[in-house]
Amino acid sequence: MGKKEMIAMLLAGGQGSRLGVLTEDVAKPAVSFGGKYRIIDFPLSNCINSGVDTVGVLTQYQPLRLNSHIGIGMPWDLDRNNGGVMVLPPYESIENTDWYTGTANAIYQNIRYIENYDPDYVLILSGDHIYKMDYESMLDFHKDNKSDVTIAVMPVPMEEASRFGIMIADSEHRINEFEEKPEKPRSNLASMGIYIFSWPVLKDALLSLKNQSGLDFGKHIIPYCHDKGMRLFAYEFTGYWKDVGTLSSYWEANMELVDLIPEFNLYEEYWKVYTQSDNIEPQYLSADAVVERSIIGEGTEVYGEVHHSVIGTGVTIGKGTVVRDSIIMKDTCLGDNVDVSHAIIAECCKIGDNVKIGVGEFAPSKLNEKIYNADLAVIGERSVIPSNVSIGKNTAISGVTEPSDYEDGLLPSGDYIMKEGEDA
Amino acid sequence: MKALGIILAGGNNSKMQELSASRAIAAMPVGGNFRCIDFALSNMSNSHVKKVAVLTQYNSRSLNEHLNSSKWWDFGRKQGGLFLLTPTVTEDNSWWYRGTADAMFQNLIWLKRSHEPYVIITGGDCIYKLDYNRLLDFHIAKKADITVVCKDVDPHADISRFGVVRMNEDARITDFEEKPMVAQSNTISAGVYVIRRRQLIEMLERCAEEGRNDFVTDILIRYKNMKRIYGYKIEEYWANISTVESYYKANMDFLDRDVRTYFFKKEPKIYSRIDDLAPAKYNDGSDVHNSLVASGCIVNGKVENSLLFKKVFVGKNCVIKNSIILNDVYIGDNTHIENCIVESRGTLKANTYYSGGDGIKIVVEKNERYVL
Repeated sequence: MGKKEMIAMLLAGGQGSRLGVLTEDVAKPAVSFGGKYRIIDFPLSNCINSGVDTVGVLTQYQPLRLNSHIGIGMPWDLDRNNGGVMVLPPYESIENTDWYTGTANAIYQNIRYIENYDPDYVLILSGDHIYKMDYESMLDFHKDNKSDVTIAVMPVPMEEASRFGIMIADSEHRINEFEEKPEKPRSNLASMGIYIFSWPVLKDALLSLKNQSGLDFGKHIIPYCHDKGMRLFAYEFTGYWKDVGTLSSYWEANMELVDLIPEFNLYEEYWKVYTQSDNIEPQYLSADAVVERSIIGEGTEVYGEVHHSVIGTGVTIGKGTVVRDSIIMKDTCLGDNVDVSHAIIAECCKIGDNVKIGVGEFAPSKLNEKIYNADLAVIGERSVIPSNVSIGKNTAISGVTEPSDYEDGLLPSGDYIMKEGEDA
Repeated sequence: MKALGIILAGGNNSKMQELSASRAIAAMPVGGNFRCIDFALSNMSNSHVKKVAVLTQYNSRSLNEHLNSSKWWDFGRKQGGLFLLTPTVTEDNSWWYRGTADAMFQNLIWLKRSHEPYVIITGGDCIYKLDYNRLLDFHIAKKADITVVCKDVDPHADISRFGVVRMNEDARITDFEEKPMVAQSNTISAGVYVIRRRQLIEMLERCAEEGRNDFVTDILIRYKNMKRIYGYKIEEYWANISTVESYYKANMDFLDRDVRTYFFKKEPKIYSRIDDLAPAKYNDGSDVHNSLVASGCIVNGKVENSLLFKKVFVGKNCVIKNSIILNDVYIGDNTHIENCIVESRGTLKANTYYSGGDGIKIVVEKNERYVL
């Protein structure tokens, strides 16, 4: 295999447990976003748009959707003779058979993949952020500063800084100190989880720390490099960058796309976002349809009303149905006279007729208050909701439900239904 | 699949008016985000025809652009592939394609060097779905020399631009008239044929010796009594788009749920080049009814009984009715468009009015565009 100046390693193995039922069957990077995309499309498109044509995707949690989405990488032009995209799952070996125990451990276990390309630099990415970024200019910054490790950082409001890993840099952007989720932050430069390492530096760190359990970039690799007196630099990014790790941030980021001129613009010609899609045909809006302040994906058929919502591809919205402030993902079918408000309905769901979703007043979640704490009714993929039932706010549903699951035809706010077993 | 595919996509037609000024008919946008040739190509791919030639000459740039990669139709394979064959100057030929038979004759080497026993020939200007395996089975069962796909049309329809056939009870074609003044039947040729490869080579060589160039008149009609020519009737949707009226109607047919389900939802699917456009966006003031909208569109106005192709921008307070807006059109605010086909990449100024009256008006507006 030919030499590559820089290759990317994309960490896509995480569950993203704070997305609740949305990531029950799929890894977070494979969750739908913005009508027709999946979260991983953004870093993958950034790679090819930045001229990085060799990407190893590290998978672990529920990889099926991710694997079938990435395939040979054709949508991102990553089907290459030399390089291209490769999915790297954990594997068995004579000794040290292990899952990926941490972000850096996953890279450690794939040192041979990296060495195949004899790279000068390795770009570490995570598959759970929405942003457009030119990694090539970050690499230029890395080279100009004769940096060993460059960490992309983003200025965040001071009051939110305690939620992030904070970098303290001097006027030359050199990082002197860093703090993980500090109570009293001394800087507002939050690490974005995007790193460029000079490969010898990273390789040395990985080999030296290989016995560390749960080997992690933020906790182990960066401190190791800092302690050894390496040159660490902060590359400041000021564009749109959104973590979609929680249900409410995921909902908000989707809804921002509906704004008249969205801050994150998908309609630009020069930095396209690519995705794999089974549906390519146009969408149809019937004679009775009402659609406003929404984005809608290919092949969707609207016979009802859609207000301020993000609708995926191949969705059917029945007659008399009204969808407000909601996200409906790929191939989901809503029956007639359904009322949906403040909901996230994942892929391939079937919602019967006369169903009401998002009724009543907010109530704290009985399932998990840390995950479910917004007004949103969340329905996991391939769920079935029978006709004539009502579902409250801050609820979670997963699986094939039947009328008997709804006492008096109602799932009250804060409640949940989790059906175990095989898919229908 | 034991057949080669040939798609005849060379023709021009003055009946398309300005629409074919810069593109081949086979490259006409259809159904929101397809090109007409996608139907023939997808049929080939879905029928597992592995080696397909597209014969083109008139405005071939448009087709070239659409076919710049064969991967969308799954033709990027080790066996076979997609061949775009335009006329070339050789030692013994400097003609353009003088007809459909001549076009194939000029590529005789391609035919001779293939090994598949049969050839499926189709026009690139028709919208239909057909499993060519079924057609080939019929052809073999009938021991036919040539099989012609036929379609019964509404007896009142004007079929003077088609080949009209008459068949006996055994489906053998007894009469074939090209573009008759007065039609003797309402069964027309759909422009899709199966023929044995060696038979085709032999007929093309004979044709060329005699200085004849057209597949229909010089092969089908000339040989109709000598050879066993059979008609394979299809009941499913079939439309030819080579006049403005039929083009308009075929597009409007996609507003019908059954037609959409047949082409878009039922397997096998129709493939096309992927443009990676963002989902369609509806802003405040959008009011869209009974319309198809492709991706990349941004709608701020009223759209009714219309098709918006890819990347159409509709300004505020616009009214678009019974119209087809082709790819990448910008429509300024307060513009009224009724019974029109707006040509691709047009820029319509604000506060303008276009109406086709009782007919269909073709709007070609190449104003300068400042926005987006």
